[in-house]
Formats: sequence, C-alpha cells, structure tokens
Amino acid sequence: MRDLARSDHPLPAKGADAVGLVNVTKRFPGVVAVDDVSLTVRAGEVHVLLGENGAGKSTIVGMLAGLQEPDNGHLTVGGGRVRLTSPSGSLEAGISTVFQHGMLVPTLTVFENLVLGDTWWHRPPRALVERRIAELQRDFGLDVPLDALTGELSLGQQQQIEIARALLRDSTVLILDEATSMLTPAGADELGARMRLLAGRGLAVIFITHKLSEAYRFGDRISVLKQGQFAGEIPPEELRGQTEVDAVEHMVRLMFGTGSAAPASRRATRAPGPVRLAVDALRTEGGAEVLALRDISLEVREGEVLGVAGIDGNGQKQLAEALAGQRPITQGSVLLDGTDLGRASVAERRRRGLRYLTDDRLSEGSVGAFPVSENTVLKEIGAPPFWTAGFERPGRIAAHARDLISTYAVRTPGEATPIGHLSGGNIQKVLLGRELTGDARVVVFNKPTYGLDMQNITASRKRMREIAEDGRAVLLISTDLDELIELADRIAVIVEGRIRGTLDNDGSGEMRLRIGRLMVGDLEAAS
Amino acid sequence: MSVAETLETGAEARAGTGRWRKLLVVTLGPIAAALMTSGLILLLFGINPLTYYGFVLQRGLLSGLGLEQTLTRMAPLLFLAAGLIVAFRAGIWNLGVDGQFLLGAVAAAALAPLMILWAPGWLTLLAGFALAGAVGALWSVLPALLRAYQGVNEIITTLMMTFLGVSLANVLVKLIFLDPGTTVPQTRTLPVADRLPRLFDTSISSGLILGLIAVLAVHVMMTRTAFGLKLRTVGANPHAAAHAGLSVPRLTMAVFALSAGFAGLAGAVDILGVQGNVRADWNPAFGLMVIPLVFLARFHGVGSIILIFFYSALLIGAESAARRVGVPQDFTLVLVANLLIFLGLAEYLDHRRKRTEG
Repeated sequence: MRDLARSDHPLPAKGADAVGLVNVTKRFPGVVAVDDVSLTVRAGEVHVLLGENGAGKSTIVGMLAGLQEPDNGHLTVGGGRVRLTSPSGSLEAGISTVFQHGMLVPTLTVFENLVLGDTWWHRPPRALVERRIAELQRDFGLDVPLDALTGELSLGQQQQIEIARALLRDSTVLILDEATSMLTPAGADELGARMRLLAGRGLAVIFITHKLSEAYRFGDRISVLKQGQFAGEIPPEELRGQTEVDAVEHMVRLMFGTGSAAPASRRATRAPGPVRLAVDALRTEGGAEVLALRDISLEVREGEVLGVAGIDGNGQKQLAEALAGQRPITQGSVLLDGTDLGRASVAERRRRGLRYLTDDRLSEGSVGAFPVSENTVLKEIGAPPFWTAGFERPGRIAAHARDLISTYAVRTPGEATPIGHLSGGNIQKVLLGRELTGDARVVVFNKPTYGLDMQNITASRKRMREIAEDGRAVLLISTDLDELIELADRIAVIVEGRIRGTLDNDGSGEMRLRIGRLMVGDLEAAS
Repeated sequence: MSVAETLETGAEARAGTGRWRKLLVVTLGPIAAALMTSGLILLLFGINPLTYYGFVLQRGLLSGLGLEQTLTRMAPLLFLAAGLIVAFRAGIWNLGVDGQFLLGAVAAAALAPLMILWAPGWLTLLAGFALAGAVGALWSVLPALLRAYQGVNEIITTLMMTFLGVSLANVLVKLIFLDPGTTVPQTRTLPVADRLPRLFDTSISSGLILGLIAVLAVHVMMTRTAFGLKLRTVGANPHAAAHAGLSVPRLTMAVFALSAGFAGLAGAVDILGVQGNVRADWNPAFGLMVIPLVFLARFHGVGSIILIFFYSALLIGAESAARRVGVPQDFTLVLVANLLIFLGLAEYLDHRRKRTEG
C-alpha cells in the first residue's frame, strides 16, 4: 500500500510545471494526430483543452495516460523529461485520468474498486482508506459510499469515486476527459466547483470539454488545438479580464477561425433542382446510450449538397440510420421524390434510390473475411443478375467486382482478396461503388473521409462533387468543417439531436466561425 | 505501391503454398500427435499401441462386416454434422444437438411403430423423419428466441436445453411411450423389415445416403446460394447484415430451426434405420463427438464427411478392440480428448505465427 500510506504527500508549489508536452508529434496511419505541440500544465491550475473532433485532444490524453507514446518530442513531469510507457507508469508519475466512459468495475463495491491495483498480497487497509475518504469528504465534498455496489450508483457518483481514487493515489495531475458530457448541468457545476477546490490545493487539473461556457467558468488557462496543432492559448490574466461573451468569442475564433479566404477549390453552387429528399419533423427514440432525434426537418434538392455539421455524437449517426431505414422513426416523415417512405425496409429504400454510406467501414460497411467481390453485392443478396433462382453466379459477381475495382481505382490484389486486407481508403472506394451501383438518387454520406489519407480524401471529395453534378442529391454528414465548406451548398448544424440552424454556404472565411458558434451553442449566431 | 500493398500481394502469393502447409499444421499434425500421445498412454497400461491401432484398423475399416458397420454408423453423425455446419457457418454455436437428437429419436420411435400398423412403409418413414425434424427444431425455439431478440448467449442456453431434453426424452420413454409388451423400459419397436432399406446386398443402411445428401446439400446451400450468404453474413458481422437490410433476428431463428431440425433428423435416421426403438437411458452423445470433427474440417462439408468416416471406423473398431485387447471402449474418448488438445494448440500456434508475420 505504498500509495495509500503516504497521506501527506507534498504537492509541487503552485505555478510550478506539473506536466508538459515538448514538441510532441504523434502519427497514426494516414493522419498526424498531434503535430509538434508544446504545452505546459502548471500546478494549482485548471487547464482546459479545447478543440473540435480530431483536433488531437484524445491523443494527448492517451499519451499522458501512458496508452500511447509520442513519435517525436517528449513529455515532462515536474519539469523533468519522462517516458510514460504504460498506464501504471503514468499513475506512478502521479497522473490520474478519469475517462469519459467510467473505468470502474460495476460488479465490485466502491471500496474494492478503490483498492484495486494495489499490491495483491496485502490485506486492503480498510481503516486507512476510511480515514482518508473521510478527509476527502470533508475537503472536497466527495460522496463515496464505500460499501455500495458501484454499478448501482449514478454516473455522477461514479465519477466522484474515480476522482477520489485519483486523490487516494496522491496524484499531482488529474485529467478529466469530457467529464461533464454525462452529467446534468447541476452536476457539471458541482464538478466545476470541485475542480477549483482541487486546483486550490495545488493539483494540476486538465479538463477536456466541448462546452465553451464551462471552459470559461471552470478554467484558469485555456489551450486550443486545431487539426493536431496548437492553435493558441488564453492565459489566466487575460481570461479573468474578459466577460464570458468575449471569452467565448475568443475561443470560437481560435477553434474555428482560419483567417484564410475560401478554399480555392470550393464547389460552385448551381441553381438547385426539385426537392429530392424531404425530411419533416423526424423523431427517433432515445435511450441511456443513444441520443434521440427531435424534430429534424431538412430538404435536399437535385444537384445539391446539404452538409450536416456537428460535434461527434450529436445524433448524426441516428439521422443517417433513420433515413436508411436501419432505425425506426417514432414521428415525422421522410419523402423521397415526393413519396413517403413510411416504414419501407432498408432494401426497399435502396431500391428506390436512397443510398447510405456508413461511417463505420469496418464493422458495419463490410464483412472483413469476405472477398471484395461478395462485399460489392452485399446489399443485393439474392437479386438478379448476381443470383438466379437463389443460386450464386460467381462469374457475374466477379465481373461486376472487377468493373467496380477499375472504375473506382480500388487497389487490391484481386476481387477474391478478403476486403479486410485492404486499406481504409480502398475499402471506402468499394463501399462507395456499391452505393452508387444502379439508380442512386439520394446519397447519404456519414463522415466519408474520416481516417483517410490526403490522397484518398481528395479523391472522395471529387467523387461527391461528381455525384451532385450528375443531378443526384447528397446529404453530407461530416465533422470536418473544411470539407463541408468546400462541398456543401447549405450547412445544417446538428446539436443534441436537433437542427440548430441552417446556413447558406458562401465559402467565406467567416463560415467556420458561424458554424462554430452554432455548434458550441451560441443561439444568437443562428440568425 | 505502398509498403502495405506490397505486403498484401506478397501474402497473396504465399497463400497457395500456405494452404498445404496449413492443412499439415492444423489438421494432420494434431491427428498424428493425438495418435502418438494416446499410444503412449496405452504403453503406460502395458498394451502395445500398434496392436490396438491394428485391431481398430482391421475391424473398423478392413473387414467387410466392420466396414459395413462403419458406414451404417455414419448416418446419424452426418445429419448432426449437417446441422452443425449450418449453425457454425452462421456464427451460432448450437451445442444442444444431443438433446435435439434424442427428442427427435423418441418422436420417431413413438410414431413409427404405431403408424406402420395402418400406413404404408414409405409414408411411415417420411412421417417419422418429419416429426423428428419438427420436434428437434421445436426444442431450439427457446434458445433461438433468447438469442435473436435478447442477445442471450446460445452456448449456455442450448447446453442447458440439452440437459433438459435428455431428461425429457427419458421421461417420455419411461412414462408415456413405454412398450406395454416388454418388461424392459423402451418404446415400441419398428420391425426390421419396415426400417430404412439396406443398400444392395449389404447390411449398410440407406440412411448413409440420406446423410451424405444432407451434408452436401448444406454445404452447397451455405457456399453457393443467396440464403447461405445471408446466413454467413449474419454470422460474420451482424452489424453489416443489418446495414445491408437483412433481418438478423429472423435469420437467426431460421439457423436454429435448420440446425436443430437436422439434429432431430439424425435421431430419426438412427431409430428408423438401425435401432428400431429407444431404450430408456439411451444417450449416445454423438453430438459432442461430431462438434470437434466439424471444427477440424473447418465447417467444410466434404472434409466433415471424410473425418466422420474415420471417426466412425474408430468407434466400430474400438468396440471390438475393447473385447480383444482389453482396452475399455471409452478409450476413444481419450483419443478424441487428445485430438482436441492438439487441435487447440495447433490453432494457437498458427494464430501466433500469423500475428508475427503480419
């Protein structure tokens, strides 16, 4: 019980470097997740990390938690260079991470969770833990019922237990990854107050959030990441001097502003044709883990690209699934070329020309163990000409697959290769080819370029333009604002399952800011 | 060409030689190792393994009567294999085939001896098969519903149902379908003349032919038809299946019905072809034996047939070797257990080799 025994562990002096990144770069296949980022987190501060999806926040958390190691550059703890090669190494260095999705064992009691990971041959020091928990209860108002079954507690309470666990370990750095996303507003405020208390005691708190007002209210220092790079910082002096409105505007500019003009390659908006897809007051059922869609209304015209922007997990997936027929709708209607689709099945919708390219290429879009050829016809099993009287025509399927491979420039050793052996970009090409086979009228893209390399991104975007130019209607759901500004005629912003507003895309540098304001919940900007 | 793609094409080129290597490493290797280890165990008991294996070979394969018995014994095993291939290829682990088999057998034994009194032979046999298949399928409805609509793991539910099924079969034999004409607790007996016809001038039951047809038909269905591809898609990736517009729950129900139905037919072919009745406490537990064979054959129809042939020969051979050499008949279980251990080991090594290479 090395950790629990040191109850009076000295914290570093306030303002001292607690943990830092020095010129850190981390690459994943096809993406630079973190690009030469340096930042210092000081003891006694709540340091907010802000950024869009894919800005590199989770990768930084991963490196600090010992899950990944930087490719270039290094980390520092207490001012000295360190390597964090494992989660236990990170804990040893005094860094505790509270992940967005709890890391407690639901079937154990709170006490058992707290002492989990201690030296196994010792009897858990119940009295010591009780004493220290009582201190924590007094100092930070943490509610830790030691004998309760963890799984029966609310998410907010479980989070308190994770914080208590970090404090029991005498961590000097506490990372809260999207910690407020699961909490009620009151719960978030309580957590904010607790963060302030912890920082007051000299801990360094790293707080990751999407919500700008929380960043302003709870944070001392705000660092903004954009596409893996460090985009700027609001230091404590400056932050305290600003009103909330000013500070939020400042953050929006750092997060979304490019300063540059419209991308040169922006797709020219044409006069749109008749309405192809009309969605009216669409609702779906929600649950503990799925967000409900509420009163979604939108229209996509022939030859038009309607973009749907939003931070990940705001109902984009549910929208795509509801349109494709994979998710039952509870209210509202979806009209394709003026006909109500009603309860039409996935296959029926596909036949009528509504196509859906999923964002989950590997676990939904394809069957990895099946050859490329079978994957190209996966949505038409049993249909002629590939099957006659229920029997497969391998020759026809292979010919069709070879056609698709050459049309879409899929790089594969052959049509008989299992699709799981292909790179993400090539799988995406196969899926795109599959969706465009036959009479495609409306194509729903969900994050079509996510995780692809630059070359494949360019190729995919070119395809989407062509699809619109051919007179089809495109619904492009994306978390990449540049992609939306490059391709979309109009951009709807989805927040918590609702359309927060729809903007005409004029391609100006202001677009990012305007979308950004809608995304982070500034209602006035919608006008 | 990127590095990754070069590797991919390289892997493709190796696949040709890799297939033979794989056959050697993960199929023949474990068989040889199991024979050797079992031989060592025999040596420990002071029995010459060569004598034992020699007897098994002689009695199970090389003597005319032995071979006929071997081929006859294959019939129920083949039907079970057909049911298992459907399930395993569709990603459903139906481990409850023994319960389904036994209930199917009891159903056939309850119906056929009474029906033959007024109905023609062919109709009786047909009805016996149909009823047995239906009863087998019925016994899988509960696990199927739980799996399809609640996501309850079918490995556990089918195993539980098999215990219940075996007990229920016993209860049915002892209390309801008891033959009042004998003192032994057993069902009425279908006269030998009314059973499935024998092949030509031999003692081989024509159930063998039915079993071969069942396995081959299932193999073709799973590999060549739209329905088979649907089932395989559900098995390989249910999310992708739902995305492609397939009704995962309905197809899951269909897999259970087919798989358990074949297990029921396996019961019927044994009763209507060979046994003629079901004795109380009879449970050959064929299913648990066929499962490893189907695995060893990688769910391949022809592969399964070959392995079942050898296993069947082993069973028949071991029966007489037990009398001659004094090795208990259950020694086949030792052999099969060894086979499973080496099979698992080979699979693990093959997996590790792939990981280090790729």
